[in-house]
Amino acid sequence: MAASKNQRPPKSADKLLSWFVKDDLLDEILGDLSEYYLELADRPKWKRSLFYWFHVLHFLRPFALKRFIRSNSNYTTMFKHYFKISWRNLLRNKGYSLINIGGLAAGMTVAILISLWIYDELSFNKYHKNYDTIAKVYRTNKFDSFASTVHAPGLASVLKTDYGDFFEDVALVRARLEERVIAVGEKKFSQSGYFMQDGGPQILTLDMKYGSQTGLKEMNSIMLSSSLAGKLFGEADPVGEMVTMDATTSLQVTGVYEDLPKNTEFSEASYLAPAELYVNGWTTLNVWDNYFTYIYLQIKPEHSFDEISATIAEAMMPHVDEETAESEPRIFLQPMSQWHLYSEFENGTPVTSQRLKAVWYNGIIGAFVLLLACINFMNLSTARSEKRAKEVGILKALGSHRSQLIQQFFGESMLVTLLAFIVAIFLVVLTLPWFNVVAAKAMVFPWTNPLFWLAVLSIVLATGLLAGSYPALFLSSLNAVKVLKGTFKAGRLASLPRKVLVVIQFTVSISLIIGTLVVYQQLEYAKNRPVGYSREGLISLRSASKEFKGKYLVLRNELKQTGMVEEIAQANYSVTDTRGWNGGFAWHGEKYEQTFNTIFVTYEYGKTVGLQFVDGRDFSRDITSDKSGIIINESAAKLFALENPVGEELTWQDRGSYTILGVVKDMVKGSPYEPTDPSVMFLGEFDMSWLYIRLNPDVSTHEALPKIRDVFAKLTPATPFDYTFADEAYALKFAEEERIGKLGFVFAGLAILISCMGLLGLSAFVAEQRIREIGIRKVLGASVANLWQMLSKDFVVLVVISCLVAMPLAWYFMDRWLDSFVYRSTISWSVFAITGAIALLITLATVSFQAIKAATADPVKSLRTE
Amino acid sequence: MKLGAFEELVLLAVGSLGDEAYGVAIKETLQQKIGKNPSIGALHSALYRLEDKGCVTSEEGGATTERGGRRKKFYKLTAYGITMLEEANQLRMEFARQVPGLNLSTE
Repeated sequence: MAASKNQRPPKSADKLLSWFVKDDLLDEILGDLSEYYLELADRPKWKRSLFYWFHVLHFLRPFALKRFIRSNSNYTTMFKHYFKISWRNLLRNKGYSLINIGGLAAGMTVAILISLWIYDELSFNKYHKNYDTIAKVYRTNKFDSFASTVHAPGLASVLKTDYGDFFEDVALVRARLEERVIAVGEKKFSQSGYFMQDGGPQILTLDMKYGSQTGLKEMNSIMLSSSLAGKLFGEADPVGEMVTMDATTSLQVTGVYEDLPKNTEFSEASYLAPAELYVNGWTTLNVWDNYFTYIYLQIKPEHSFDEISATIAEAMMPHVDEETAESEPRIFLQPMSQWHLYSEFENGTPVTSQRLKAVWYNGIIGAFVLLLACINFMNLSTARSEKRAKEVGILKALGSHRSQLIQQFFGESMLVTLLAFIVAIFLVVLTLPWFNVVAAKAMVFPWTNPLFWLAVLSIVLATGLLAGSYPALFLSSLNAVKVLKGTFKAGRLASLPRKVLVVIQFTVSISLIIGTLVVYQQLEYAKNRPVGYSREGLISLRSASKEFKGKYLVLRNELKQTGMVEEIAQANYSVTDTRGWNGGFAWHGEKYEQTFNTIFVTYEYGKTVGLQFVDGRDFSRDITSDKSGIIINESAAKLFALENPVGEELTWQDRGSYTILGVVKDMVKGSPYEPTDPSVMFLGEFDMSWLYIRLNPDVSTHEALPKIRDVFAKLTPATPFDYTFADEAYALKFAEEERIGKLGFVFAGLAILISCMGLLGLSAFVAEQRIREIGIRKVLGASVANLWQMLSKDFVVLVVISCLVAMPLAWYFMDRWLDSFVYRSTISWSVFAITGAIALLITLATVSFQAIKAATADPVKSLRTE
Repeated sequence: MKLGAFEELVLLAVGSLGDEAYGVAIKETLQQKIGKNPSIGALHSALYRLEDKGCVTSEEGGATTERGGRRKKFYKLTAYGITMLEEANQLRMEFARQVPGLNLSTE
């Protein structure tokens, strides 16, 4: 039968086959296939084609596939060879490889975590598209050292009307997260949110899921974060639905925005409601005597922040009363990029913020830990260089160029770093949740960020180059003849750089440990500082608004009647504030040069705040003459230099004479690290801008707060109930140091761990190198203790040297750090003793492991080969 | 080195076909004996492996028109291949004898 057209198998299938099948197999396969095709002659054509294709595709098997990647180039062979040698070297020395890769991985994990943290800090607020043009209004005045962000709402209106040309938009925001109960039917959630003017969502470029950014135009509206909307309405579009706020106000949902990421200013808000709603019924947004709003704005791109700041500096002056004007309030714009890291002010000028310092500290620590890991790698590779020297000799004898050897050694270190990197990525993913908790952040692993990979891979490259530099450059320079003749000996000098590196390593580790201990010590010291009043169960709130005038006694009565309150009191300054300094005191005509912290208080102040009397008594309402009495604290008593202060009379300026009724312990009012102020307390009635409430210790705060709030809502409806717990406010003062301490603890621990891993490797190497010596010594009668001592001594000496270097160094830097606190602990010798002991113990434990192993080994085994 | 189940069948087929053992013939034999239709790809893969293991050798034959002018490749059982088959068979028989109630009579 002639092969008619009908009998020929599909050409495309054959073509495909000859494309992917190896040439030497092709003939047979095609033959078999076409014979098979002929056998199918009695089937319909489509079936035959289908079968044919089926069989053709079944040749997609490894044995038949062509090798598309040609590998007969010398280069790939060479690199394959390098890779193979490196890999075999890794496998042969499993212990060393483990130490190398483990140590490097730990170092890289720390470096990556810290980089992520720094990146998060630097990218704060970058989520907002108008990042470059958004600013917050700040205010300084003559009397306060800090810059305030809380303004009277009138300022926003003035900025809008008088300076509107500069701005795309101005929005005022209630200067506090407001907690409200948001309810739909039976679903009720207590949520924090901001009251914000229309314009705010536009400035912040909220990413709207439903509705539009203009949702705050109407007073009875509310915008929900996507997660809150999900809780209330599920997945459905809730725009137009009604929610109830605090069971009283019905609000229409006008928009749902995607949750703001945690590293943004507004991330804690789960709803936004109109500022007009907030002031509705008790004040307006045009008042100038009530400070309760932030002002955010977006400038027009053709203007600059500095230019506008200069123009608007005195914008408040025409509108405020005389007293405020006297304090010379000046406003300026703080660009969004500066909010997070550059917004600490002292005496009206910016200073390096705690946060920025933390960025620096952590960056330096991260670099150090990575350096320690690199040192391990360098040490272990140089230690083993004698062994590798023969390999180098043979390679050179066979004609290797030096550059090829360099390539090989770099390749080897790259391989190790790359493996370590893979382990590090794994570790980072594992530890990130924990790190987030410690650092109070919500960082995610940036899998898809090319910039991140670029940065990380360049770290890997740099680490590989650094770590591999010594073996690559030194070993490749060896003279082949010398090495092969056996006259090459790495001599005494060769181990010197290694020893120096070990000293550096332990110096860094020991310094970190000392630093951490000192931070903790200072923290404990400041925490245990006697503060002179009791913080627990003490609430403070501002009572500056006019509403409070003359209502003190009524408030006190009503509050005490609830049974929730033990006592209340007022003062003209906050208990955590150090303002109000006056001089002009005199005793029997003898004037005092010093100024004193003068505080005006009500009768119950001592009892409410919990002042501790060391002498004399508190003010009493029953004794009329107490109106001209004063209470001083110990510091003041010292300055007055009176032998028996109670009962003495002092004159103050031209206000007349005052009798000292009592002496109390010093109060820590400002920073817990600053010295206490000499204080004089007078009875007063006016300008009492702070109210203190001592809660009844027998009731829970949960129970007490709503009732107290109700009393205020009744008596001072026009003032928001902005309370703070004194103990919480006090604890906040330690947050930053606590974080530094915690992270420092972990990093110091890792540093010493990595250093010890290096030591473990080195001691193993030394023990191995001296195995015959040890054998001979043993045969000649050396005891295990002798040998252990011999092997450990060298390392212990190195660690002792490190201690000697680290201790003065750490002492110097930590002493300087402590100097930034006035109330500071002194670095006790015990810190050094403890650190030294820890370092030595860990070293001994690490080295002994290998030393004892070597010393107890059977000398026959090590000697019989010779 | 052990033979896979399919490899063993292919090896048996090669042996039973004698001088006529080439791709399509082997495939047909297998089809008749076990009723399954292996893909030509799978068959070639097995033959390739067997050749690799040294159980068969191959030799190129003459070209025929029915194969589109292409040569046949004939396979032949080697001594090693025979040993492997015997070993496999022995193993199976020994094992089977320990199974009570198994009928081992052939024919």
